[in-house]
Formats: sequence, C-alpha cells, structure tokens
Amino acid sequence: MPTYRPGPVSLALAVLVALFLLMPLLAVIPVSLTPSRMLTMPTGELSLRHYHSLIEDPRWLESILLSIRIGVVSSALSTVLALTFSLGVWMFQPRFTAALVGFVLLPMVVPPVVSAVTLYFLLTSVSGLTSFFGYDTWLGVAMAHSVMTVPFATVLILVSLSQLDRRIDLAARGLGASVWERATRVIIPNIKFGIVTAALLSFVLSWEEIGVTLFITSVNAITLPRLMWMGLRDNIDPAIAALSVILIVITVLVLAVRSVIARQKASP
Amino acid sequence: MRGTLSDRMGAALLMAPLLLFLVLAYAWPFLGVVKWSFTLPTPGLGQYHALLTDDLVQSVFIRTLRIAAIVTLISVTAAYAITVVWVRGSPLQRVLAEFCILVPFWISVLTRAFGWVALLSNRGLINTWLQSIGFISEPLTLVRNEFGVIVGMSHFLIPFAVFPLASAMRSLDERVLLAARGLGSSRMRTFWTVFVPMTRSGIIGSAMITFVFSLGFFVTPAILGGGRSVMIAELIYLRIFQSPDWGLGAAISVVLVVFVGALMALLFRYVKPKQLV
Repeated sequence: MPTYRPGPVSLALAVLVALFLLMPLLAVIPVSLTPSRMLTMPTGELSLRHYHSLIEDPRWLESILLSIRIGVVSSALSTVLALTFSLGVWMFQPRFTAALVGFVLLPMVVPPVVSAVTLYFLLTSVSGLTSFFGYDTWLGVAMAHSVMTVPFATVLILVSLSQLDRRIDLAARGLGASVWERATRVIIPNIKFGIVTAALLSFVLSWEEIGVTLFITSVNAITLPRLMWMGLRDNIDPAIAALSVILIVITVLVLAVRSVIARQKASP
Repeated sequence: MRGTLSDRMGAALLMAPLLLFLVLAYAWPFLGVVKWSFTLPTPGLGQYHALLTDDLVQSVFIRTLRIAAIVTLISVTAAYAITVVWVRGSPLQRVLAEFCILVPFWISVLTRAFGWVALLSNRGLINTWLQSIGFISEPLTLVRNEFGVIVGMSHFLIPFAVFPLASAMRSLDERVLLAARGLGSSRMRTFWTVFVPMTRSGIIGSAMITFVFSLGFFVTPAILGGGRSVMIAELIYLRIFQSPDWGLGAAISVVLVVFVGALMALLFRYVKPKQLV
C-alpha cells in the first residue's frame, strides 16, 4: 500500500485527463438518440430510430456475422501457432531464441500500414490461384488477421509459461513422459488461463481490426469495422452512434465482470 | 537441457509452423513490396528519387513528424498525470483511474474517432454548447483539420503511454520519496527532483511507443483529418488505391520501416529493452 499519495495538484490534473479520456465515449450517447437523419444533438425529443435501423438494415447483421466468423478462425489459427511455438521455446530453449521471438513479434512492431501493404501484396498475388482465398475473400482476411494477432498471442502465452515452475515438467520428464505427454498433460493444463486469454485477445483484435482490412477488402468481405468506416467517410450515419453505444456498453460490462472475477480470485 | 538430437528435433517441429507461416505470409511478401518500390512503374530508383524531390511527399513527411512530436508530448504528459493516481492513489482513486484508462483502451479506434467527430463537428456537442451559452456565434472548426487529428491521436495513445510509466512508478522505492519529504523537501520539489528523474526509463519507453505508433497511424488521421491533414499512412493508402501508384506507395512503406527501425536501434543503444516494460 503506497504511503506516498498524490497531492491536490496531481489529482486535479488526473481528473482533467480522465474527463478527456471519457468525453468522446459519452458524446455518442446523445447523438445515438437524435431523431434527425444527420449527426446532430437531439433538440428536445429523443428517438430510438437509429437502434431500429441497425436491426432493419441487413448489412449490419451480415457484417457482424462475418466479423465473428473471421474472428473465430483467425483467433484459432493464431492461438494454435503461438502455442506450439511457445512450447518449443519453453521446453527446449533452443539457440537463437531471442532472434526467433523477435522475428515473431515483427508484425506488432512494424507500422501497421506497412503490414497492410505487405498483406495486400500477398493476397493480390495469390488471388489468381483460387477464388476462395486471396484479396477480398473472408479466408484471406482471417489469415491476414492471424498475422497481425499472432505476436500478441505469443507474448501472452510466453508470459504464462515464464510463470510456470519448471520442476513440474522436469518431474514428468524424469517419470518417463514423452514430449507429447509433457505438453498435453502437464504444461498446457497449467497455462490454460493464458491460452484462453490469448485466444480472446486475438478475437477482439481481429473483431476491431480496420487498418489492414481496408487494404485487403473491397466489396465482398465487409467486416463490421469496414462497414463503420464506409459510413464514417461518406456521410456520417447516426446508426454508427447507436452501434458505438452498444459496443461501449458491452466493453464496460466485460471489463466489470473481469475485474469482479479477478477480485474473487485474489481474495480467498 | 539442450543438446540431444531428439530435443533439437522436437523444438524444430514445434516452432516450425509459426515460423513458416510468418515467412510465407509476412517476410516473403514484404520482400515483394521492396521489389515493387524498385520496379514500378519502371525499374530503377525513380520512386526513391521522387521521395526526395516531390513537394507533396515531403510536406506529408514533415507534417507526420510534427504531429507525432506534438502528440507524443501531450500523451506522455497526460499519461503521467493519470498514472500517478493509478499507481499511488487511494484504493478508490486507483479503481477510478484504472476504469478511465482501460475502458477507452479496449474500445475500437473507429468508435473513438467517431466519438470525437460527435464532439467536435460543427453541429457537435462542443459547438452546440458554446453557441447556446452565447460564447460564439459561428461554429468553430475543430475537426477535419490538424487540431482534430492531434486530439484524436492523443486520446488513442494515452492508454498506451500509461503502461511503461506505470511499471516504472511501481518499481520505484517509495522510501526514497518519504526520505526526501522527511528531510524537508516540499511536495513539488520531491516530485520534480526525485520522482520524475527516477521514472525516466518509463518516460523514455512511453515516448518511444507513442512516437513510433504516431508515425504509422492511419485511421484516426484519415477520419479526423478529413483529407486535409494527410499523414504518411494515409498517403500510402491513397497512392495504392486512388492513384494507383504502387511503386511510390511501396517506396514510402520501405522508408517508413527503415526509419522506425533506425529509431528503435538508436534507442536500444541507450536503454535496455527490459527497462521499458
């Protein structure tokens, strides 16, 4: 427990920053309730028409379903790849580990727009081969999202492995367990929480990915962020405000549940 | 541990899928982009020559550096203020600060940019309010310009700037602070001469993350700049999809990677990566 507490000046400044951080999130609430077709503040009466239009316009639902499908596939792919890689690193501590991990983390460090051009090059190059995979296909987007999320999944799994007691694995090894048994019966059950977190984070990152998606889709693979982008750039549609309010509420609820769970885990 | 043949085989088999995936899906196509920069539309160094001579490209580079520097200054300062409370505040203050940092952090960049449009546009919350109290008669232009871009980017980057600062402030030995106070130093003086210097590695880490992120930032400038305050990333997008001038887009990408890589290499010569996280 810190005994050196922030003074009144620090507190006042922190309150200003906190307001700045929350302001744009709060601003979308009144806009989502405006009866007007345009992006304005409600002047008197309120309306839920923009929430209705989310349900009535099939494009929103289609893009949500597409985003979920892409998120599930890319999260599964990047979690499996990150897990096997991290197990290799942890169990065998091969030479050049630092360089290999550094290579895996590249998509996280390189400016996203460069990754976007790179993935655009890749997907347009393979587009000619098949119509299922490549530029503007959902599988292509899922693969591109995996490239972008796999460094984050790897970091999370490596962190949970670093907290695992090596003696557990040594005991299993001493008792004659094979590499496969050590991995599936000893190590993976012990880092379950880290693996689930990695899968969830990968899904969330894919769900909201827009920088790369803009470069690799045009008319077929319209994910939810891509649809929002189109609405934001052309004419600003207040349905986006309604959608934003829903997304913000979900985020706040998930964070609240998570912190309650974390507190219960910490208390007993 | 290492050494036996089966161990090396096991490691190779487990590590291969991800490495192969990234070589095929990332490293190889990046080389393709490098190739584009030398071959499109005609083979040679023409695109790189254009980078050095084209006025538009130059002004976008300068604007990007300027905006990145301003955004870094704002984000690190603001992050510092809220991190102090997050790390050293009373339990209630800490919960509130954490909420204000993590909720925006988890909300998508598009939603956040849209929130700023709703606040700053001509008929947005701020202009409506300023007009209703009679402070202004004409709406102020707060968005679709550089001001909007700086506000939106700072908002996005403050939570990222918080994490290195928080880790530096957590590892700080508070007995030093108490000693400074006990020896009669004022709050302000303790803060400026003890607290800030002791969190220097956090400040450097936080500034680096913010600056590097700002250089390649795409979505927020594109929405809040409204095409009037184009940064490098948007320029690449425009070159590839609107011109289409793939060679120049690729050349700018290559220069951006080299620049960011050089920045990081320079930084790691002075700061160990471990001090940053």
